[in-house]
Amino acid sequence: MSAVLDVKDLQVSFHTRNGVVRAVDKVSLKVEAGQTVGIVGESGSGKSVTCYSLLGLIPSPPGKIEGGSAMFGGMDLLKLPEKELQKVRGSRISMIFQDPMTSLNPFLKIGTQLVEPLRLHKGMDKAAAWKQGIEALKEVGIPEAATRMDQYPHEFSGGMRQRVMIAMALITRPELLIADEPTTALDVTIQQQVLDLIKDLQKRLGIAVVFITHDLAVVHEVCDVVNVMYAGRLVESAPAAELFAHPRHAYTRALMRSIPALQKKGEPLYTIPGLPPDLSHLPAGCSFRPRQTPDRQLLCLRDQRPPLVEVSPGHWAQACPGCVEGGILS
Amino acid sequence: MSTVLPAADSLTTPSPLPVPARAGRSLWQDAWARLRKNHLAVVCGVVLIAIVLICFIGPFLTGWNPETTNLALKASPPGTAETLTDGSVRTHLLGTDTLGRDLLTRIMRGGQVSLMVGMVATGVALLIGVAYGAAAGYLGGRTDAVMMRAVDVLYALPFMIFVILLTTMFGKSMLLMYIAIGAVEWLTMSRIVRAQVQGLARQEFVDAARSLGLSTAVILRRHIIPNVLGPVIVYATLTVPAVMLLEAALSFLGLGVQPPDSSWGTLIDDGATNMETSVWLLAWPAAFFSVTLFCLNFVGDGLRDALDVRSGKD
Repeated sequence: MSAVLDVKDLQVSFHTRNGVVRAVDKVSLKVEAGQTVGIVGESGSGKSVTCYSLLGLIPSPPGKIEGGSAMFGGMDLLKLPEKELQKVRGSRISMIFQDPMTSLNPFLKIGTQLVEPLRLHKGMDKAAAWKQGIEALKEVGIPEAATRMDQYPHEFSGGMRQRVMIAMALITRPELLIADEPTTALDVTIQQQVLDLIKDLQKRLGIAVVFITHDLAVVHEVCDVVNVMYAGRLVESAPAAELFAHPRHAYTRALMRSIPALQKKGEPLYTIPGLPPDLSHLPAGCSFRPRQTPDRQLLCLRDQRPPLVEVSPGHWAQACPGCVEGGILS
Repeated sequence: MSTVLPAADSLTTPSPLPVPARAGRSLWQDAWARLRKNHLAVVCGVVLIAIVLICFIGPFLTGWNPETTNLALKASPPGTAETLTDGSVRTHLLGTDTLGRDLLTRIMRGGQVSLMVGMVATGVALLIGVAYGAAAGYLGGRTDAVMMRAVDVLYALPFMIFVILLTTMFGKSMLLMYIAIGAVEWLTMSRIVRAQVQGLARQEFVDAARSLGLSTAVILRRHIIPNVLGPVIVYATLTVPAVMLLEAALSFLGLGVQPPDSSWGTLIDDGATNMETSVWLLAWPAAFFSVTLFCLNFVGDGLRDALDVRSGKD
């Protein structure tokens, strides 16, 4: 299988008044055709910035891509001029967003917004695009699609709007879909519907998906490969089954312990102590050290950044002696 | 009575929601429905339309020429009849001014000028202000800073001195007055639009539009500007009376409309000098002017309530 997207050493920083914030620091990830790749992490771990920067969507200034490459269909997305990037966005790479309540323009008809990518990228005329829009709405399970096309966003529920967003993202049949926490703002039952929909469409259309989330339960359900991010860096990367069976990095294990369903009833819920570090003043060594237990902290790297090493075939983790359990392979 | 429980798989397959069998109602249509329920605004709107019609059609109906003087009938009270050269008799409904001209016809002609100034200058302010403010707000960063500092500088310019400067340089003309008023009024408009756009640019649908590959110009035109139109319309209806007031002030000071042309400002000026002897010369133009301003303000208020997103759905 060939990689649809191959990101190498991506570095993104934000130049703010309070100093340089290294939001993404040498992140590499690969997305194979038809695969779902998860990026997991807390708020501010750089998972969204990673994906936004691939499409040139980070606000610049203050945001700046400092280095790395992102190969997609023989092009380096990071070096593409804006004009070329506009042709890729919405036609070969699409995106869906977290909050369906604000991701549709309240003044335009659903149909008008839905067929926008078709008119823009495929140059279709209005009637043909409209017809395909109705099909697209049916595809995502919206009843009475033809009537719904003529309605406005405020006449849709949150789950319905997210379905519209998915239909809009997939209407041009892109090769890659980036889903930025698509279920976070939805009710639990609607979450399940939307996840099933994404999974189903992915299987049918054979697209690759990058799934950004902080919800490990969601990751477990949809992802083939999982990348765990912390403080702008990858701390662990492995096939989903392997990661859930043998989490190696202390942060990944802590995240798993925080899943409410896995805890004993009646006991207080587990939370990871401390806060993610300030990205403008990162400690020199292991960035998870301040949140480790004291005896572990002693073992953590202090003077250099722990490198990402292959701890077992296909399973990569940050090789900090204090954080990696079960020893380092090489 | 038995309730049918939803099947277990309805959690994973979308249940067909009851969909109203009608085409969607846009936020504009909602606002229009709300506006129609506001009786005061509707009445004021009707009165405004009536005043506009009176001003633009009226002069043909009264039969008087607003510039024909009749020194025999100087400052005669409302209802004075005049015998024309062909022997017929016609009444001056609202009397005549100090040169014996028909006051009603002059008010209508003056209204044409005042309303035109109000609308044209507001239109100019609207075009410049919206384009400028939207660009500054959306582009942000350094571009925004430079653009808004320019606005600040223009703001600091005293308006009267600016107008006096223009009139001494280019002479007194109507065109100049349009330019002067338009040049001042767009500043506030651009600030309002910029603030709105800054809020909008952070909304996800703008990100979504960018992620679909739309260019900046298209995003501004299709996604940003329609969303700021609500506040803009409200501000515009409140700008019209402000502009008319400015015009009246300029004309009152002798910097605006020049005789024999009239505007409501010059008519009120004339009336004010003669109010001790012939009070109708002040009362009638002032009445027309204030009713118009009142109505514009009430319509503006009504529009603000109708377009206010907070009073709407969601």
